[in-house]
Amino acid sequence: MTDHTDVVIVGAGPVGLFAIFELGLLNIKCHVIDNLDKPGGQCAELYPEKPIFDIPSRTSITGQELTDNLMRQVKPFHPVFHLNQQVEKVEKLNDSEWVISTNQGKIIQAKCIVIAAGAGSFVPRKPPLEGIENFDGKTVLYSVKDKSIFKNKTVLIAGGGDSALDWTNELSKIAKVNLIHRRKEFRAAPDSVSKMLELEKNDILSFFTGQLKGISAGSNKSLKVQYQDNENLHYIEVDYLLPFYGLKMELGPIVNWGLNLHENKIYVDTEKFETSVSSIFAIGDINTYPGKLKLILSGFHEAALMAQVCFKYCFPDKKNVFRYTTVSKDLHKKLGFK
Amino acid sequence: MTKIIVKDREGNVQELSADIGLTLMEIIRDAGMDIEAACGGCCACATCHLYVDKDWFSKLSVKEDDEESMLDQAFNLKVNSRLGCQIEFNDGLDGIKVELAPE
Repeated sequence: MTDHTDVVIVGAGPVGLFAIFELGLLNIKCHVIDNLDKPGGQCAELYPEKPIFDIPSRTSITGQELTDNLMRQVKPFHPVFHLNQQVEKVEKLNDSEWVISTNQGKIIQAKCIVIAAGAGSFVPRKPPLEGIENFDGKTVLYSVKDKSIFKNKTVLIAGGGDSALDWTNELSKIAKVNLIHRRKEFRAAPDSVSKMLELEKNDILSFFTGQLKGISAGSNKSLKVQYQDNENLHYIEVDYLLPFYGLKMELGPIVNWGLNLHENKIYVDTEKFETSVSSIFAIGDINTYPGKLKLILSGFHEAALMAQVCFKYCFPDKKNVFRYTTVSKDLHKKLGFK
Repeated sequence: MTKIIVKDREGNVQELSADIGLTLMEIIRDAGMDIEAACGGCCACATCHLYVDKDWFSKLSVKEDDEESMLDQAFNLKVNSRLGCQIEFNDGLDGIKVELAPE
């Protein structure tokens, strides 16, 4: 089923979220797509606990607080979020409409597209092992969708964070689990660490220190994984390998959308923040122009100017009367402000 | 003039002028060399992974827990692996030799 809206925002980081607000003030409706499982982008994923000191009027605010506040700020505008998915294709439907499709099969029709994708979308960090792509999605998995496939199987989990430890503990109930990490210290919840150490003590799981070095088809089981501990090489045969090395950012399919790029940034003008393709805009860290500063506050400014131009595409016959939020009766009504 | 010596992934060696107070990541990035430094230096991404020449490695301040945790997400680790954003350049590091780790 195809959804219809005015604007699709690609990226739910702080700038994408504030764009909902600026567009909402002009009665423009938005759908927002993000590859993470939550809004906030880098602020929520990379540094939720780290303080930011250059948000105007906030002497200090953490990445997560900023995200939470923005979510409250945009709530009156009823944005529709499509999380855990990446925009794959953007096609022109007619003179005034785009069709946007995601890798989860979501299809949205919109008049404008606003790319607020930061440094790209977050994707799993894959170990750089020769030939690993032959096993990706089959016996090498970066997330667990259906844990029943591991029942009575031998699994190698790699990594030392929360995902690695949580799945080690969980899958130990149904599978023979081996955990490999470069040191016997973990950056995971203390509870999960002690649980894992307990399982190891009781010989329910095996722990190895080392780094993954190679992967090939096994003779007894589907995979033969090579790992290195100090200078020594070892092998282990397993049915599945689950690498959990966190996420990295990748521009992804945006490079194929026919936009004018400069060193993986999207070139925009500083009047409208429009790309080389009309009615596609780019704001925040993803864009570039002379004098560009990658700051959240620059992205907020860019969102406000972009929204003025989006209005013309969304409502070509209407006149946009500029009004401050202090006097806009329409906004006060939406916010329930009397 | 103080400097650092950086070997890129093709094996080419460059001398970069280095100002005290900048991090090695910033010096390398601002010289236009290929270092991703995705998070901008807040120790949240492990994309400024360097190998520090063994003679220099011991002269560095010890790793904080934050850096050690981020290295957990890096690949091709060696005993002399460090994150460039966590090493602040000072007089004592004039001439330090580092190598960019594979991406």
